[in-house]
Amino acid sequence: MPFWLELLICACLILGSLFALVGAIGLYRLPDFFTRLHGPTKATTLGVGATLIASMLFFAHHTGNLSLHELLITLFLFLTAPVSAHILSKAAMQQKVELTERTRGQPWDDDH
Amino acid sequence: MRRFFPHPRMMLVLTVLWLLLVNTFNLGHLLLGLFLGWSIVHLCGDFLLSVPKVRKPLGLLLFIGKVFYDIVVANLQVVKLVLGPKSRLEPAFVEVPVEIEDEFVLSTLACIISLTPGTVSAGLSSDHKTLLLHGLNVPDRDELIAAVKSRYETPLLEIFECSRT
Amino acid sequence: MLENVVFLCMGILTLAMLLNVARLVEGPSVVDRVLALDTLYINALALIVLFGIWLASDLFFEAALLIAVMGFVGTVAVGKHLLHGDIID
Repeated sequence: MPFWLELLICACLILGSLFALVGAIGLYRLPDFFTRLHGPTKATTLGVGATLIASMLFFAHHTGNLSLHELLITLFLFLTAPVSAHILSKAAMQQKVELTERTRGQPWDDDH
Repeated sequence: MRRFFPHPRMMLVLTVLWLLLVNTFNLGHLLLGLFLGWSIVHLCGDFLLSVPKVRKPLGLLLFIGKVFYDIVVANLQVVKLVLGPKSRLEPAFVEVPVEIEDEFVLSTLACIISLTPGTVSAGLSSDHKTLLLHGLNVPDRDELIAAVKSRYETPLLEIFECSRT
Repeated sequence: MLENVVFLCMGILTLAMLLNVARLVEGPSVVDRVLALDTLYINALALIVLFGIWLASDLFFEAALLIAVMGFVGTVAVGKHLLHGDIID
């Protein structure tokens, strides 16, 4: 494997797993549900996307022909993360989860 | 023609998905993918949203590039906010009035907002005229509304052929 | 170099998954737990992809794809249940 390719794959892997770790830290330490929602929808999605791109590069070199099917998972994650975040936030608004006192503005009630 | 191929673009997308899934390209898989696309479109035709015509294909490509750039920048911001002190956060709910009427373009806008600048779309009013956002760090709410409208809504309205309300 | 980096990334991802499990156990509301499970799914997917790179085997792709699909369907199903289950009461 050429050195530059190995370096690129390693950079993608490390960046990706660090983003996933940041998403998990956000999930663990932010104060209320709506702020916790931000970590997993953004950081974790991008992190796993970077890991999958590293895997794509690795297998393209390893098997010798173009391997694009990791793109499927990346695309799928980027399409589904906002949808599940939206459904979970609607459920949270209906369950009336606690907000931090710093939050300005109000979540909606059911009748909207 | 229209009856036998109800959603031609969706059919092509499904064919490409099949080719990506089997990860090989030859005539047999191309035909199988076209057949699968054709039959799935016929079976699920009632559930598919109609996609409005693209007015500016080049503009769409530029817009996709801009959104990807914004996703990376938004992630760096989220990293800074998550690892920084908790007392600096200013979370807020913001109601953004939307002018887009078409369902497909509206859901595209909601997805882009969820993936980009420190905001998650949390609800849509039943008359499809107001979008509720939750921002992780919003010092100025009017500025956020203006940014969403100028950065994403106006380009989407220009790219797709759809009416303003 | 690649092998060491893959090991390092596995460690980082395991740490991330431990944090998710902590939120899953602690999470004050049900939606918090569902969110933690969703994140756990996605991190497990990344771990499986890393394992595939380590063994240089293409077989894990299908497992990763299935985990992605099932995770999404599960999250949406529980979310819908939370949304409409309350209305029936």
